Amino acid sequence: MFSNRTFNLIVPIFSVLLGFLVGAIVMLAFGYSPIEGYRALWNGAFGNAYYLGETIRQSIPLMLTGLAIAFAFRSGLFNIGAEGQVFVGWLAAVWLGIVVDLPTIIHLPLAILVAGLAGALWALIPGLLKATRGVHEVVVTIMMNYIALHLSNHIIRAYLLESGSRTSRINESASLRTEGLTTLFGGSQIHWGFIIAFIAAIIMWFLLERTTYGYELRAVGYNKHAAHYAGINVKRNIIMAMMISGLFAGLAGAMEGLGTFGSMHTHASFSNLGFDGIAVALLGANTAIGSVISAFLFGALKVGSLSMPPISGVPSELVEIIIAVIIFFVASSYMIRWIVLRFKKEEK
Amino acid sequence: MSNYIVEMLNIRKEFPGIVANNNVNLQLKKGEIHALLGENGAGKSTLMNVLFGLYQPEKGEIRVKGEVVKISDPNIANRLGIGMVHQHFMLVDTFTVAQNIILGSEPKKKGVFVDLKQAEKEIVELSERYGLRVDPKAKIRDISVGMQQRAEILKTLYRGAEVIILDEPTAVLTPQEIKELIGIMKSLINEGISIILITHKLKEIMEVCDRCTVIRKGEGIGTVNVSETNVDELASLMVGRDIVFTTEKTPAKPKDTILSIKNLEVKDSRQAVMVKGLNLNIQAGEIVGVAGIDGNGQSELIEAITGLRKVESGEILLHNKSITHLSTRKVTEAGVAHIPQDRHKFGLVLEYPIGENMVLQTYYQKPFSNFKVLSFKNIYQYASRLIEDYDVRTPSTRTKARALSGGNQQKAIIAREVDRSPDLLIAAQPTRGLDVGAIENIHKRLIKERDKGRAILLVSFELDEIINVSDRIAVMFDGQIVAEVKPEETNEQELGLLMAGSSKEKAGEL
Repeated sequence: MFSNRTFNLIVPIFSVLLGFLVGAIVMLAFGYSPIEGYRALWNGAFGNAYYLGETIRQSIPLMLTGLAIAFAFRSGLFNIGAEGQVFVGWLAAVWLGIVVDLPTIIHLPLAILVAGLAGALWALIPGLLKATRGVHEVVVTIMMNYIALHLSNHIIRAYLLESGSRTSRINESASLRTEGLTTLFGGSQIHWGFIIAFIAAIIMWFLLERTTYGYELRAVGYNKHAAHYAGINVKRNIIMAMMISGLFAGLAGAMEGLGTFGSMHTHASFSNLGFDGIAVALLGANTAIGSVISAFLFGALKVGSLSMPPISGVPSELVEIIIAVIIFFVASSYMIRWIVLRFKKEEK
Repeated sequence: MSNYIVEMLNIRKEFPGIVANNNVNLQLKKGEIHALLGENGAGKSTLMNVLFGLYQPEKGEIRVKGEVVKISDPNIANRLGIGMVHQHFMLVDTFTVAQNIILGSEPKKKGVFVDLKQAEKEIVELSERYGLRVDPKAKIRDISVGMQQRAEILKTLYRGAEVIILDEPTAVLTPQEIKELIGIMKSLINEGISIILITHKLKEIMEVCDRCTVIRKGEGIGTVNVSETNVDELASLMVGRDIVFTTEKTPAKPKDTILSIKNLEVKDSRQAVMVKGLNLNIQAGEIVGVAGIDGNGQSELIEAITGLRKVESGEILLHNKSITHLSTRKVTEAGVAHIPQDRHKFGLVLEYPIGENMVLQTYYQKPFSNFKVLSFKNIYQYASRLIEDYDVRTPSTRTKARALSGGNQQKAIIAREVDRSPDLLIAAQPTRGLDVGAIENIHKRLIKERDKGRAILLVSFELDEIINVSDRIAVMFDGQIVAEVKPEETNEQELGLLMAGSSKEKAGEL
């Protein structure tokens, strides 16, 4: 019999393998060579320093949105609003990066912090409504996503637009990118944000698993009534969980604003970072380390897929299929559990 | 042709690490009520799940009407005429009784449409035939627990059950509902249905059952004719030693007033006034039992004292200091402990290890945490001691609370609450759903705490418990304490009448 812990490990690994298997079958069915396709994917993700740098760059915001969703989940909340929190964080970071001129040592942390706070405040609204009025956070966060999207577009157009659909660049003092790192990774867009993401993951793990705050948050997530009975302030914990989740998502926005782009452009639709975060958290079994690993996998898939069409002729959309299949199998882990248990039984 | 409708012979069922059933025999005669008796965790439910097709036995055979059968899933059990009413009902709250009953075997109209009219007609016929009286059009969430149970029974009958397994059916019922259920069981056997009654309430067995099969720690002990046995013998068969029913205790020596409630008024979540100007005092070193029918404001009273519910008006004093509007945390810190009525909903975080549940109210204090960082070493050390001292049976302190049996979960809660050395201990239905061994243990524990000088407020719907354990009985009716009686000067009849709202003079005349 598997312990729950082993099972939490087996389900995602199994799902990922199945995802690649289905991807190979699809390639075969449409007359492509799966070996060529996957080789192109691998090389496109890890083939040289440039690609590796791009993969890391792509993973950073996904790690943070993954952590955001996972944190909320562990506290019994479903934060669909990471998407909107990314937008407000991104905008706050870029705004501070443009209008303020300070030494890097102050400017950069300040911009990151303000982005996190912006995300936290954006998440405060659904948190408050849930805690005091019992309004379901999913409904409110979905609406807040649209508000964030259109509000940030409006603010960019009205106040920050430089040319076309983009704000001016942030001051160098607020940038997460450095010459040295860019050169080391063959001129890729990699930036120091991965350190922020790792720190965030460690903070999340420590906060949830090792502190009294985490004890309360998880207790509220598992059983609100028992938490209330034990004298835990359930409302405060709901609000706090939403805000910390929003903070992580806001940081993801800062990564885009201060790292990848160095600016913010108007969006016709969502960035999908927040929504992909749901998949990341799901695959990572809502743990900090799991989210980091699964974000890296998704980052590699997304970056690697770009090399597939030119080299192997396989359309890059294949990766979407693989990701969808992985999510499908993780979500139906109940089914996998059943199959595994059945195999176990027959062995006897 | 065998004269048994169901036979389970030499059943053995193993789970990783434990043998849940070994050498168990159960032979059910047609038209009898057969009790399956055993302590919590003795393996009663496992055995019935084997019969119902949820588990496969490692050894042994099952015969239905003399024929050997293999029941590999509940649908097969249904087809063989075996139905089960689980302790926790499997009903859809927002559906009507009829919709719930036909769920999964809906009668069809023109092949596609559910014929609800037809179903309702059949259900009315069935319920009249067996004296169940359920309105098929009522929504589950609007009807009482007793009615929900009848819907469950109807569900099995609708599927053509000839054998009905009732899993601790009285655990959730009020005394009045229990009486009605007993009536229903009798009319069921008159119609030729056979019943297996899983229970650990000996009085019920004596009252309604024909025969009784006993399981102890998974082993089949044997089957006895109820008419040839008595409560004491059943109890010792079940636990393997003699049980003392009336808890022995010395007279109380009440000292200073600990809790004093004055003109308390509390509303429930629907804004109905449930506690209406209640007055009550409890002194150190006495157990005050609150007797009353469920829904007369007992829950609201407890929730008000413990800070879980807002007090509309009035005062609650602990050691002459007001705790009326304090938060639950402050009330706990002031020296109040609370054994909640619903241990799954309130008492435990089932997904937490049992060790971490032991510090549910104290995790933030030293030595369990230091500067907000939990000290798991100290938490688990403390938990190990509690588990040892209070005889909580669990494979380890790291086992999830969910995995413990009900009795051990309750022991864990009591350990946690009592070990904080509270001045006031509130025990709401502390023995609900537990077997006699565990009940005896808990009653002794309450009396021991009383003798240490704690004030104890015991709320229970079990009159035996109230009479046995309390030093003073306060009868609660319609949100007020309507009478106070001495346990040695009263009896169940008098209490029953008082609980139903008769005046003390009237009740005393009988």
